[in-house]
Amino acid sequence: MYIVIAGAGKVGWNLARELKENEHEVTVIESNRDRYMTVEEELEHNIHYGDASELWVLERAGIVRADMVVAVTGDDEDNILISQVAKEKYLVEHTIARVNNPRNADHFELLGIRPVVSATDLILGLIEHEVPHHGLVHLLNLKQEQLEIIEVEVMEDAPAAGRRIEDLDLPSGTLVVSVLRNGSGFVPNAETVIEGGDEVLAVLHPGDERAVCSFFAPGNDKIARKNAKNSA
Amino acid sequence: MFVLIVGSGRVGSTVAKRMISAGHDVSVLDESPEAHARLDYGLDESWEELGGRFTVGTAMEIDALIEAGIEQADVVICSTDGDNTNIVVAQIAQKRFNVPKVLARVLDPYRAEWYKEQGLETVCPTQSAIEMLTEGVIAGTSGTGDPLMEETR
Repeated sequence: MYIVIAGAGKVGWNLARELKENEHEVTVIESNRDRYMTVEEELEHNIHYGDASELWVLERAGIVRADMVVAVTGDDEDNILISQVAKEKYLVEHTIARVNNPRNADHFELLGIRPVVSATDLILGLIEHEVPHHGLVHLLNLKQEQLEIIEVEVMEDAPAAGRRIEDLDLPSGTLVVSVLRNGSGFVPNAETVIEGGDEVLAVLHPGDERAVCSFFAPGNDKIARKNAKNSA
Repeated sequence: MFVLIVGSGRVGSTVAKRMISAGHDVSVLDESPEAHARLDYGLDESWEELGGRFTVGTAMEIDALIEAGIEQADVVICSTDGDNTNIVVAQIAQKRFNVPKVLARVLDPYRAEWYKEQGLETVCPTQSAIEMLTEGVIAGTSGTGDPLMEETR
């Protein structure tokens, strides 16, 4: 694959290094002269000096034949513009953009720029996963598909504890895809009996978190609501 | 007409003053509180006395745009010193807030041209300068038979 990376910061430089090791062709574009000089010592001809939001700089880097453009500069407006022209002007098939300020994530979404990566959101997600007593953990949001995957620990006195999955009146579209019990996981079927202490992975429609949560971990409404809001 | 001007530099502040003199409601958003001084300069009364609004905030922040009145705006002019900021904010005004008329200052002619083709009303001072300078040279040398200039025509 031919990959153009905008921005030779820590992310851009290390990405280029890894991709090169995996036999990909890479060009990095960096607008800061000092940074360019530093990275050029290692990447040599794989880095260009210039402003990646200037169209002629992108063209010089061969964007027209790129399979992928990765926009990882420190400025969200630049990452938006680079991804937008890559996709819409140069018809690059894949783009990945970095969101520096999570509050700008809406702008990326509004302008159809996806997927995006936000370090802040990733760490927030990890915090959510690591902090105990969380009833429900978001594992994955599939926005376009209108699905998400959650993880929830079944409370001993939960309505679901001791009952078969088919007997639970889960919202339609909700599917329990995996159960983790005593350190090992299995794919349940309709007759599987849920036990207190199980960790349940479920696919559901955004907005159903609260209803689903009420079966496995009632009383965690607040968390469910918060998550529902986040995914709205 | 309610006009929101994002970016109060030489261009933005002057356009703001012209608009308010022409009797329009004008709100200005700039990330620097000092930018307000440009609005008062050369006016008999202060910007606020003339009915102008001024908000300190970053153009990319939705809250700042709302505080500056983007939801009521008939026109949004993006005139910050960043081409990409102007292009992104103009699209937010168009697509998120459905502002009827949006203008963006874009210094890079190439970007200005492409976004214009995509339906964004861009104004490119660089392109204007290029045309004026070229015309100026041609006018000054017309009739001299300079082969280079003949070619440029």
